[in-house]
Amino acid sequence: MTVRAAAVVFPGTNCERDCALVLERLGVSVELLWHTEPHLHGADIVVLPGGFAHGDYLRTGAIARFSPVMDAVSAHARNGGLVIGICNGFQVLCEAGLLPGALRKNRGLSFLCHWTEVRVCNHATPFTSRAEEGQRLKLPINHFEGGYYCDESTLAELRENGQVALRYEHNPNGSLDDIAGITNAAGNVLGLMPHPERACEALLGSEDGVVLLSSMIDSALRAA
Amino acid sequence: MTESLHRDLGLTDEEHDLIVSILGRPPTVTELAMFSVMWSEHCSYKSSRALLSTLPTEGEGVLVGPGEGAGVIEVAPGQAVAWKIESHNHPSFVEPHNGAATGVGGIVRDITSMGARPIALLDSLRFGPTEGVRTAYLAAGVVGGISSYGNAIGVPTVGGECIFEPSYEGNPLVNVACLGIVETEIMRGRADNPGDLVILFGSATGRDGIGGASVLASAELGPDSNDKRPSVQVGDPLTEKLVIEASLELVAKSIISGLQDLGAGGICCPASEMAAKSGSGIRIDLDAVHLREPGMGPFEIMISESQERMLAVVAAERAPEVLEVCRAWELEARVVGEVTDTGLVEVVVSGETAASIPAAALASQAPLMKRESERPEWLDDLRAAPCGDAPQEDLGGCLLALLASPGGASARWIWEQYDHMILLGTVQGPGGDAAVIRLPGSAAAVALSLDGPGKLCHLDPYEGARLAVAEAARNVACTGARPAAVTNCLNFGNPEKPEVMWSFQEAVRGIADSCRALGLPVTGGNVSFYNETSGRAIHPTPVIGMLGVLQDATAAVGLAFKAQGDVIALLGTTHPDDFGAGDYAAVVHGALGGSVPHLDPKREQALHRLLAQAAAKRLLSSAHDLSGGGLAVALAESALAGGLGFRAAGTEPDMETHRWLFSESPSRALVSLAPEKLDRVRAAASELDVPVTPLGEVGGDTLDFGAFQVALTQAAAAHATHPIGAAP
Amino acid sequence: MSRYLAKVDVMPKDGISDPQGQTIERALPALGLKGISSVRVGKSISLQIDATDEDDARRRVSEVCARLLSNPVIESFDVVVLPL
Repeated sequence: MTVRAAAVVFPGTNCERDCALVLERLGVSVELLWHTEPHLHGADIVVLPGGFAHGDYLRTGAIARFSPVMDAVSAHARNGGLVIGICNGFQVLCEAGLLPGALRKNRGLSFLCHWTEVRVCNHATPFTSRAEEGQRLKLPINHFEGGYYCDESTLAELRENGQVALRYEHNPNGSLDDIAGITNAAGNVLGLMPHPERACEALLGSEDGVVLLSSMIDSALRAA
Repeated sequence: MTESLHRDLGLTDEEHDLIVSILGRPPTVTELAMFSVMWSEHCSYKSSRALLSTLPTEGEGVLVGPGEGAGVIEVAPGQAVAWKIESHNHPSFVEPHNGAATGVGGIVRDITSMGARPIALLDSLRFGPTEGVRTAYLAAGVVGGISSYGNAIGVPTVGGECIFEPSYEGNPLVNVACLGIVETEIMRGRADNPGDLVILFGSATGRDGIGGASVLASAELGPDSNDKRPSVQVGDPLTEKLVIEASLELVAKSIISGLQDLGAGGICCPASEMAAKSGSGIRIDLDAVHLREPGMGPFEIMISESQERMLAVVAAERAPEVLEVCRAWELEARVVGEVTDTGLVEVVVSGETAASIPAAALASQAPLMKRESERPEWLDDLRAAPCGDAPQEDLGGCLLALLASPGGASARWIWEQYDHMILLGTVQGPGGDAAVIRLPGSAAAVALSLDGPGKLCHLDPYEGARLAVAEAARNVACTGARPAAVTNCLNFGNPEKPEVMWSFQEAVRGIADSCRALGLPVTGGNVSFYNETSGRAIHPTPVIGMLGVLQDATAAVGLAFKAQGDVIALLGTTHPDDFGAGDYAAVVHGALGGSVPHLDPKREQALHRLLAQAAAKRLLSSAHDLSGGGLAVALAESALAGGLGFRAAGTEPDMETHRWLFSESPSRALVSLAPEKLDRVRAAASELDVPVTPLGEVGGDTLDFGAFQVALTQAAAAHATHPIGAAP
Repeated sequence: MSRYLAKVDVMPKDGISDPQGQTIERALPALGLKGISSVRVGKSISLQIDATDEDDARRRVSEVCARLLSNPVIESFDVVVLPL
């Protein structure tokens, strides 16, 4: 069975082709879905790629969450379907209420594009199943608003439910609790600021992104 | 109309008389405005065109030379790239963030107009001294503008340079280069068939930059520059991204027959240029143009420089397809005119003709300016001045000062603000001699570098320009690539001043000679004049954008030491006296004088060939170009990048130590390699007549020069903190 | 001397392109919101200032606006002053 993914493209999304390229190399059939599409066309996985949806105007992800496609994405998530939001995608998921919390401007008030090391803090999620607990992954970040924030009670919930999937080894942006990626309570929706699709080739600096993406593909196959 | 309206618009009395004679009558206000932008220095190149025609433009692989949106070069069978550099200097002084951002937007649209997908950006930035009152503000604004715009449109910014020198105080230079990959066919700016329709798509037209081209760019800046502020354009990268996608889709589906972007000169520019190239005419109906501001007059609409707009030419029956593609990408698009056989650019508003001008007159008949040229009197005194090669006791201290200087310290604070990884092609990003970008779906890569030596050209514009081309080619060659094509951005002062014109002439001559000697075609570029404030011109600053080709991306070589025990060697010959306009002279002695290093193009080319061969055969661990600060700085940089020290060993050089370490002779590279590969490198070098001088080996945690040592940690500390902004 | 509250609105200048405002305006119909136009996005800044009277307060806040809170190249500002 071929796993099928839908990569949502808002006006201003710019990492969809990179995501499609690496997923296709991993055997996934990828469709690029314009944000006005109301249907997911049977996708097993929904990808919200990085970029600057609607120019990041007003607030990052603030306008994108109202796009027609988001109804289908929410339904897919409610039914237990896999959703991965990368960088801007993570911001959209938070604005849409599919993940708790929000992403704020980096502590240093500067755009940051560089490699980071993250640590797998829950290797039992559908996105981290191929990793060992505590495994270090070399992934790049690329953002101005990457500082994860939520209130105290939400943080307590996240920690208790094992929803913190990834933490930064050296917090680059002031994220609460060094959080780099979280899942929803059911575990089928992941939002992360680092870009796994940029870490799928040794020539470009790291292959550690494959660990996360392959885990996700495994999970899609198991769910089928 | 007042007597002096044409003068207010920047036209001379002679130009006005010529206009009257071309039209056979006095011009309307709209016509005068159109001539004022098309005949401005920025659009017409009237002071430079004659000299630029002496540059070599033909060569193997050149598919499109100068004269279109960008030059196009074939880099591998079936793979062609567009490559061009442009300036946005004056707008960046007025409003640094938006000036730099719209500079990125403009060059990206140029590349897109050729049917090429933009896949890499580089920027060459110059500011006044770091202690200058406005420098931090300008630098932060410019870098922020490039970052916010380039990152948002999804094009990686992968390299460049950033220089801080007194000459640029009050006149920052922002030159941006873009590489694009032709996806299906090469598109051009043509309007070949009368009856075809003209469609304007992208952002709405407002009052942005009215007069920006003629008034702002072709005038010196002075204390009253604040009055020119309302002309500033604000960039919208969201719309730009959609414009790129829509344009490429139109080309991929072979729907359109002509495409040109709008920049300086607004609608007037592509309308007249496309018609002139095709020998046809264009009629524009201003009522059809989608406006952002109410009540805009005809001349305002014609010359508005609102950003993120393209002009497409399409057969009438296929116009609906263009409108549909734009609609799907959520872009405004309107049919604003048609191609005619009159040879005229006609502008109609509310049924009345506001302008009717022969297209060729606007596009290519601006009278060439015969500028006086005179070698400046002060040049001999400058060349007799001390060149700054006096020895120093504390050589370690000299090295640390160079590593901590604005020209030597880490530029990480800049390039970590740039997305340099998107599109999954960045094999080598910022921080090296050249960026290496693997072409999509290919094993091949291109190497890209921007280099511009203002101080050298101040001392000697001819030799300095020759050296600039050589340095850019050498930076690319160090990655293992074969230098293949040049784009240039010529930044100079006021061409009405004979000494500026002389330096321009000499620099163009130097670029031409160096390109011919190295077999490199110039495929296009940009001239920016009037970079002067209150009468003080910048140093002549030709910025060379070099493109090289690497057949195998995995064979790319970086500048970092890789392994303990690797042998280090110097390729090329060091001359003891090459200190003129160098960094040792500037940083250690505050000197600028003497004569510049002499270039032997044959030796330079031999070095490039050797580096390419050695890389292809995987003989090298690292290769690094020697430039500012000479051998000592190159050794330190390779060590710092690799996190590995070195130990000097080998024969004593036959010159004073400081000359050996800090002289800036060209045509040299520093390599490191596994000891067992040295013989093969020597053999290849001997065939090409390139001297190889073993220097020692990689290892340890000090930079051990023999005569002195510097701890790697100490060098790292000096290097990490740029005087303008700390590295994170 | 008295203390005053100042509220400053920093907006894009008339005639300057406002991509944020335009993008928001375009998005509104998709949310079923009609009849809205001329959306422009700026910043609201509030501060307190010691001054001899309201005019003095307004003058000094305007100076702060011109020098720091707004970018006079592309923004205009409006000051409202209230006694505390």
